[in-house]
Amino acid sequence: MATKKAGRKPQSPQPIPLPARPGAVEAPIVKNHTISVLVDNEPGVLARVVGLFSGRGYNIESLTVAEVDPKEALSRINIVTSGTPMVIEQIKAQLGRLVPVHRVTDLTMLGASVERELALVKVRSTGDKRIESLRIADVFRARALDSTIDSFVFEVVGTTEKVNAFIRLMESLGLTDVSRTGVAAISRGAQSI
Amino acid sequence: MPSEPMIGARLLLKALVEQGVEDIFGYPGGAVLPIYDEIFKQNRIRHILVRQEGGAVHAAEGYARSTGKVGVVLVTSGPGATNAVTGLTDALMDSVPIVCLTGQVPTHLIGNDAFQEADTVGITRPCTKHNYLVKNVNNLARTIHEAFHVARSGRPGPVVVDLPKDVVLAMGQYVSAADAKPKSYRPQVKGDATSIEQAVELMRTAKRPLFYCGGGVVNSGPRASKLLTELVRTTGFPCTLTLMGLGTFPASDPQYLGMVGMHGLYESNNAMHDCDLMIAVGSRFDDRVTGKLTAFSPNSRKIHIDIDPSSINKNVRVDIGIVGDIANVLEDMLAVWKAKKTSTDRKALAPWWKQIETWRARKCLSYRHDSKIIMPQYALQRLYDLTKHRDDVYITTEVGQHQMWAAQFMRFDKPNHWLTSGGLGTMGYGLPSAMGVQVAHPDALVIDVAGEASILMNIQEMSTISQYGLPVKVFILNNEYMGMVRQWQELMHGGRYSQSYMSSLPDFVKLAESFHAVGLRATKPEELDDVIREMIACPKAVIADIRVDQKENCFPMIPSGAAHNEMLLGPADQAQKPTSEEGMVLV
Ligand SMILES: Cc1cc2nc3c(=O)[nH]c(=O)nc-3n(C[C@H](O)[C@H](O)[C@H](O)COP(=O)(O)OP(=O)(O)OC[C@H]3O[C@@H](n4cnc5c(N)ncnc54)[C@H](O)[C@@H]3O)c2cc1C
Ligand SMILES: Cc1ncc(C[n+]2csc(CCOP(=O)(O)OP(=O)(O)O)c2C)c(N)n1
Ligand SMILES: [Mg+2]
Repeated sequence: MATKKAGRKPQSPQPIPLPARPGAVEAPIVKNHTISVLVDNEPGVLARVVGLFSGRGYNIESLTVAEVDPKEALSRINIVTSGTPMVIEQIKAQLGRLVPVHRVTDLTMLGASVERELALVKVRSTGDKRIESLRIADVFRARALDSTIDSFVFEVVGTTEKVNAFIRLMESLGLTDVSRTGVAAISRGAQSI
Repeated sequence: MPSEPMIGARLLLKALVEQGVEDIFGYPGGAVLPIYDEIFKQNRIRHILVRQEGGAVHAAEGYARSTGKVGVVLVTSGPGATNAVTGLTDALMDSVPIVCLTGQVPTHLIGNDAFQEADTVGITRPCTKHNYLVKNVNNLARTIHEAFHVARSGRPGPVVVDLPKDVVLAMGQYVSAADAKPKSYRPQVKGDATSIEQAVELMRTAKRPLFYCGGGVVNSGPRASKLLTELVRTTGFPCTLTLMGLGTFPASDPQYLGMVGMHGLYESNNAMHDCDLMIAVGSRFDDRVTGKLTAFSPNSRKIHIDIDPSSINKNVRVDIGIVGDIANVLEDMLAVWKAKKTSTDRKALAPWWKQIETWRARKCLSYRHDSKIIMPQYALQRLYDLTKHRDDVYITTEVGQHQMWAAQFMRFDKPNHWLTSGGLGTMGYGLPSAMGVQVAHPDALVIDVAGEASILMNIQEMSTISQYGLPVKVFILNNEYMGMVRQWQELMHGGRYSQSYMSSLPDFVKLAESFHAVGLRATKPEELDDVIREMIACPKAVIADIRVDQKENCFPMIPSGAAHNEMLLGPADQAQKPTSEEGMVLV
């Protein structure tokens, strides 16, 4: 901060390139974004994040939170939200304003990232339906964690789309309960988020 | 070297002293009795006993905004904390640094619906910049230091520290401010160099430029105002200010256009609509300023300097957003400007100023003169004329027409002398706020420009004012109406004045006397000057009941849902241009 001001800038004779003008009226394209937020693991931090979303009318499609660095007492919150580019930018800026927030990363903007979600799916059926459910589970690489004579609990892991597809197929095969973790996400490659 | 352990309440006061606190506004109760006991035993910090906790927060706001320091509040648990909520929200909206200490039931009773328990941290989460619940006495001093850091750094705001009674009674270790480094909160203060160069480049070639500056310049400090003034004068560009920014650029400067926005000046709003470059400095494109967003300054490039990244591109897309502290950014901007020997497009600026002069010639603040009735604008014009020779005048306001007229007719050459509730628009702000200003500036002339409805919202603080011998002046523009409400009802609801007439008003002169203050009244224009002079000369607190025209409306006005070039300049315009359906739903 204590940089010298006088003569700091080299005098450039070239004109400064200016940013392009923002479109006068932005086409309101609503898109899903996965945002990763590194926060202090302290009481109330989740309430701050959730309160921010509800108070300002933003969507939460999915939200997960867990401690990721016990030494520094840091948690990572993964939020899948949706909005126009201006709203997404606002969401990130608002998150960044919260005092216990260390870093906000938009994994969707970052490009390559991996996202996974786990679901536990209970199906109650007999006969053909029971056999069909097992066959579909096999295609989805879902494991049967529990089975009785007339029920299964499947564990399916994958992208939100894959989990959705599995659950949809189970609907006609005796689906009774679903429990999902929400999305965990991280960037690809060596770069840390 | 660890010092002697001491009781939490004493740790608290020690931390406050280290933070430079000299005055606290508060009100006692069961949960904070140990803290009051420690206050009793010392004389470093003065406690001002308010009459309602809401008054304490507004008083701390007045104290903070007139000094640049953090205002401090102390209230008890439950009702003490809930009474503070309006003030906290007000401070959040207007970026005022406040630390509010709230008592809480002992930790083992939290969650049990104990006597005077409220979930203060839960209730105040959305109306504070940050809040803390201290559960361990050894974190107490550290938390206080962090609270002050958060309140005053970056975009300032209110911070609540909730203090359970067992924590302030436990023995613990003191931690000094130097050893209590906050973990994560480090706002960006230095602006991006490339963006600053780009901004200068846009300013160099601008043909119809306009500075649009606001409360952020006040927050950044007096140096920011000096640098802003230097930059505006160096460029020769016109400058307009928001309600919150009044005084950050001298009103007496010929480059000053006056306030912008809903009740801003014709020249300011037209300049904003027609400009080709807008340089927003610490202003947040509030809806009172932008009007209809789709018609807002359609042909301008926009530069926005703000310390809060969430202010940039929130309502209006800008071309260059510069995140940083205003004083820092303006200093760098001036350095670039000078280093490059930048000059402006004078050929283009001349016709722009000529255009502005034609708008100015419209004299949009003129009003109907009356020889029998005091016009509210006239009352403020006289108040200004009779006080302008002094440089220690502080004006606070309540909320309503009188507030807008005060913004139009009282003129400020320095920041920190104009205090008003802009973002939340809290009636009842002005009197306690004036009280806080007077505590910080005992010899100054502090005037609350009030409406007769607003003043009743925190009138109990007259008692505090009396107790501490604060010579606060209350200048009521008494129109016997919630004038601002009546104006909107006239504009949008066919003149059906539902619940906006103030009947059974108190006799303000007697009211003043009952609070050991002086009551004055003016009912005719010829009485006005004497009343103002007597008010100023009086060494005690004064309530001046100025009976003004009951039906006068505040102009210019951009009606809800309209654009800057669709301003109503007077009653004739009002009759011609009904409010759009779109505008009816807006506040
Ligand atoms: C009845 C009524 C009528 C009103 N009519 C008008 C009107 O006609 N015109 C008008 O202008 N207002 C009007 N207002 C007020 C309006 O509601 C807003 O409060 C006001 O316009 C906001 O002012 P501002 O843009 O200066 O921002 P502020 O609320 O003062 O916000 C300050 C901005 O500066 C930033 N900032 C803070 N500190 C720094 C720093 N150190 N460095 C850089 N940036 C910083 C903040 O992040 C923020 O974005 C009215 C209010 C009421 C109650
Ligand atoms: C606490 C609160 N309640 C309601 C309002 C809505 N409101 C805005 S102005 C106003 C009337 C103010 O009347 P007065 O104080 O007499 O001022 P005038 O407009 O007559 O000058 C009201 C009710 C508000 N701003 N604040
Ligand atoms: Mg009134």
